[in-house]
Amino acid sequence: MKFTLNGKTTEVSSHPMARLLDVLREECGLTGTKEGCGEGECGACTVLIDGEAVCSCLVPLAQVDGSDILTIEGLGDDHPLQHHFMNEVGAQCGICTPGMIMAAVTLGPEPTLDDVKTALAGNLCRCTGYSAIYRAVMKWRGMPAPDAGGSAAIA
Amino acid sequence: MRLSVGNSVARKDGIGKATGAARYADDIVFPGMLHGRTIRSTIPRGTIKSIRLDFDTTGFTVVDYRDVPATNAVDLIAQDQPFLVEREVRHMAEPILLLAHENREALNAANVIIEYDEEEPLFDPEESTLSFKNIDIVKGDVDQALASAEIVVEGTYRTGHQEHVYIEPNGVIAVPEEGGMAIYGSVQCPFYVIKALRCLLGSAHPNVRVIQTETGGGFGGKEEYPSMISGHAVLLALKSGRPVKIIYDRAEDMVATTKRHPSIVRHRTGVTREGRLVAMDIDVLMDGGAYVTLSPTVLSRGCIHAAGPYRCDNVHIRGRTMFTNTPPNGAFRGFGAPQTEFAVEVHMDRIAEQLGIDPVELRRINALRPGDTTATGQTLRADCSATMVLDEAVKRTDFSRKRKEWRGTNRAIGLSLFYHGAGFTGAGERNLKSKARLDLTPTGVRIAVGSTEIGQGTRTMHAQIVSDALGIPYENVEVAQPDTSKVADSGPTVASRTCMVVGKILEECALEMKEKLAGETIDEFYKHYGPISVERMYEPPEWIKWDDASYRGDAYATFGWGCDVAELEMDRDTFEVRPIKLTAVQEFGRPIHPALARGQIEGGTAQGLGYALLEHVVMKNGAMANGQLTNYTIATTLDMPEIDVVMMENPYPGGPFGAKGVGELPMDGPAPAVVNALRTLGLDIREVPATPELLAARAKPA
Repeated sequence: MKFTLNGKTTEVSSHPMARLLDVLREECGLTGTKEGCGEGECGACTVLIDGEAVCSCLVPLAQVDGSDILTIEGLGDDHPLQHHFMNEVGAQCGICTPGMIMAAVTLGPEPTLDDVKTALAGNLCRCTGYSAIYRAVMKWRGMPAPDAGGSAAIA
Repeated sequence: MRLSVGNSVARKDGIGKATGAARYADDIVFPGMLHGRTIRSTIPRGTIKSIRLDFDTTGFTVVDYRDVPATNAVDLIAQDQPFLVEREVRHMAEPILLLAHENREALNAANVIIEYDEEEPLFDPEESTLSFKNIDIVKGDVDQALASAEIVVEGTYRTGHQEHVYIEPNGVIAVPEEGGMAIYGSVQCPFYVIKALRCLLGSAHPNVRVIQTETGGGFGGKEEYPSMISGHAVLLALKSGRPVKIIYDRAEDMVATTKRHPSIVRHRTGVTREGRLVAMDIDVLMDGGAYVTLSPTVLSRGCIHAAGPYRCDNVHIRGRTMFTNTPPNGAFRGFGAPQTEFAVEVHMDRIAEQLGIDPVELRRINALRPGDTTATGQTLRADCSATMVLDEAVKRTDFSRKRKEWRGTNRAIGLSLFYHGAGFTGAGERNLKSKARLDLTPTGVRIAVGSTEIGQGTRTMHAQIVSDALGIPYENVEVAQPDTSKVADSGPTVASRTCMVVGKILEECALEMKEKLAGETIDEFYKHYGPISVERMYEPPEWIKWDDASYRGDAYATFGWGCDVAELEMDRDTFEVRPIKLTAVQEFGRPIHPALARGQIEGGTAQGLGYALLEHVVMKNGAMANGQLTNYTIATTLDMPEIDVVMMENPYPGGPFGAKGVGELPMDGPAPAVVNALRTLGLDIREVPATPELLAARAKPA
């Protein structure tokens, strides 16, 4: 089985029915893609297949023969969205973050807050309540960030 | 120098979490590593008749209770829960047998046939006669005050289980090493695991250490359960002589591990016609599950918070946590308080309704103020902010106008007032004797504590405190990975104590280190004296007095205070509730790192909204029947309303730079605020989760 992985032609020998998630993590050694539920609900395993955000736990290897796959490692370690995630504390425990970022990079220019919410609706985060993630994504796209909220008062 | 405390400096986690480079338990592979699997009971109660391995055992490591070197019990408050069932099964999904194999498919294909003598299980905590712990808190004379009260309002309130849904399920790797064993894992409390393993292994295996890997969320769910799974991995590693990794899949994690305790809370409250509370009689019942685990302390915190942030001269709180044949319930953010504060806050709105007074006014009349005493007789100090957060929340949300104008529409607004004690209860912190250490490095210092980073920002916030106290740049403060053989035991990462308590010890370490440096630069000092260390132990404020026998005294060194306002819409045909906005006004001393603190409030509020509306654990035959993320739903981006966070300050003099704890406080408020909003739509709801099914049932004409 052959596909393009993060820009490089890659040949793997896993079983054609192996989950793409396992192939990426175990045969390709790319552990940035996480498993949260194994049933396509949490989105922690999101990767891009031919530009589309997909849960890699639901994809059998056979289905990606000849495809172009991008994982979090393919963004490198200096992508502006990654920095915004850390700066805005869009990542707390971090386990949903790679999948969240892969879902977010599909957003076009000048997204509205609703666009962001819709793009990330398949990615669960249990730490942040999502607000900090919106702030990270909107800032990355140069859009006004949703209100960072209230004031501080001293008693 | 630019001060670090009070600024949202860059997280110490660096960019690793956003690049995928951060290493969680399942990302780590050791040479020769086997995968472990747990064979679990399929009945809720009975005894094992026979176990048959219905597979070719070549290449398998098989472990049962007979392989336990010392004591087959997880050492928590009691030693009643076995690592592996010997004969008696007390709940579904109880571990019986362990298998390991290098090939995961072969491992998962292995079939084990277990025959049981089944017995009638007990699922209803109200029918249970075995209580793991009883609590009795008495202030004044409730019976007399109730008898003479102008009005008495009664009510019963219920909360269901809640599942943690950390996105990384439980997982550990046990690795045999020279003369001992190392456990790498997703854990909140590495020293709890050490304690459990010492009990399991005994003196024949003294050299065990626990190393916390990057941890994908905890929320209490990785407080006590990792002791169990670590024990299992260690038993398999001992028998096979090879590293063994056990990673639960989501279904196993949801069915087998702990959840928030379901509760039934009964209130009988005496009030004057003007709305002054004169008597609060409260009965708290929690479902502990099949073993003691942490239920006594969860009940304790629940009971202490049960009268809410209100002053009342006559209070009687009785609590019990009952045995049932269900998987043990355990620590979950808030630790008993979200249950009892739900009850009292919904009850307060029912009292207001019966008296015909405004719920805000009722709270204003009764809210605790400095100098007032709580149910345990604790006199509150200047860091009590109940009225401050209430006033701010009401003003900021234009509560009274909306409440009036939205009458008769599908829109509703409701609020809750709440508080949360920071740190261990009563004498807990004194007994813990937590320690923290700072090691000098050539360029700065390294923090060496067992407190874990589980997303909340431990490393960052601790480094800020040390940086400012020592007067060196934040960048020059490193944080050691928790490894129990290398760091000081700073106590568990629980109870909103990591900033307030451990941060305080670190502040003192830093001040002592500064004294030792005596004006020399670190660079010069290090050249002269080498890598010195400073270790200190926590000393709670001397004024804290607590009597465990009578449950009287200063339950907590300080409390955080919050007022949540929920604005929502309900579809009167489908009973779907759509939260529009949640305003969270919270006072927790002083934020060390405002963005992290805000993250705690936003995230805790999201969990609280899930608790209020979405998160329904369906139990069938003693096990979670919806143990999948497909049908146990937590809030997605499309479920979450705007969260307006207001962080108010009222410093606690005993905390580092005035900080209290903030981790759990936000969990207490959303559920009652939502249910109190629903009340204005004509729905008398007294339980959560308030699912559309529940609302439809309650809306039916009688």
